Amino acid sequence: MKFTCPECGAEIEAEDVIEGEILTCPDCGVELEVVLEGDSYSLKPAEKEAEDWGE
Amino acid sequence: MSHKITLLYDRIRVEEKELINAAEKRGVHLKAVDAKALHVVASDLQADKELFGDVILERCISFFRGLYLTAVLESKGITVINNFETANICGNKLLTTLALAKAGVPTPKTVIAFTPEEAEKALEELGYPAVIKPVFGSWGRLVAPLRDREMAQYILEHRAEMGSPLHQIYYIQEMVERPPRDIRTIVVGDELVAAIYRYAPPNEWRTNIARGGKAEPCPVTPELEELVLKAAKAVGGGVLGVDVLESPRGLLVNEVNSTVEFRGAMSASKIDIPGKIVDYALEKARR
Repeated sequence: MKFTCPECGAEIEAEDVIEGEILTCPDCGVELEVVLEGDSYSLKPAEKEAEDWGE
Repeated sequence: MSHKITLLYDRIRVEEKELINAAEKRGVHLKAVDAKALHVVASDLQADKELFGDVILERCISFFRGLYLTAVLESKGITVINNFETANICGNKLLTTLALAKAGVPTPKTVIAFTPEEAEKALEELGYPAVIKPVFGSWGRLVAPLRDREMAQYILEHRAEMGSPLHQIYYIQEMVERPPRDIRTIVVGDELVAAIYRYAPPNEWRTNIARGGKAEPCPVTPELEELVLKAAKAVGGGVLGVDVLESPRGLLVNEVNSTVEFRGAMSASKIDIPGKIVDYALEKARR
């Protein structure tokens, strides 16, 4: 599956992604969240780490 | 069609993918629900129940988001793993310390203060080196060794400058003499399912996997098992990460984690951890 980084336009290659998964752009390093609408996948900027994140 | 297990997430990590796969392998219907894409009526406890399954695996990376959703869904009579009491205690280091103390579980000596001045006095009594930690926090964030009085004063001064009132709670512990590792155990229900050593990476004192800690297999002794199960019970039980320090005066429980991350444990243990968690959720769904 091929995506275009919404931040820097680079091409991102990813296999069997699922909704909510996080991909990192190989060029600019921004974290992107996989969005699923109907049966089409796209990417949006992921949430930034917050103070209460973790285990 | 009501589904059996809901996996409540805000970010699909390695762990969530493994849980989804484990459910698939068992032919169990698991629905992943994005906590960022839902709203739930809280004032009517019968409303919106149909959005969820019989049991919920609460896996939010944001502690408060997961905690408050747990409160809402549990109030609607839905079984949530972990339950609100456990999640609330484990997410707060002070409440964890109190729960462990009540159950007689050995922990590092811990002192609480509410101003930098009193924190300084606490440190004088506790002695150096010591450790300061935020009451809410994880992955070792804002955890700092206080090796001497001078460094402590700078760190206390920085803390006093930090806006949030939560940072004006000074949770201070003795620095436990230990090898450059700690022990992370995974507890599912009343079973210790996996234990690993976590070695701190070069020129780092903290052992969190999230900070580059390395996982190695760790033998489970009867002593470790008894201590860890006692700690898990003390905080309310469920699916937990119990962290243990090997100190000169024996094993000490350092903290207990609720939405535990187990990628490190999976890499150094042969046990099917996600499988155990899904089985536990199924068992809870039947009750």
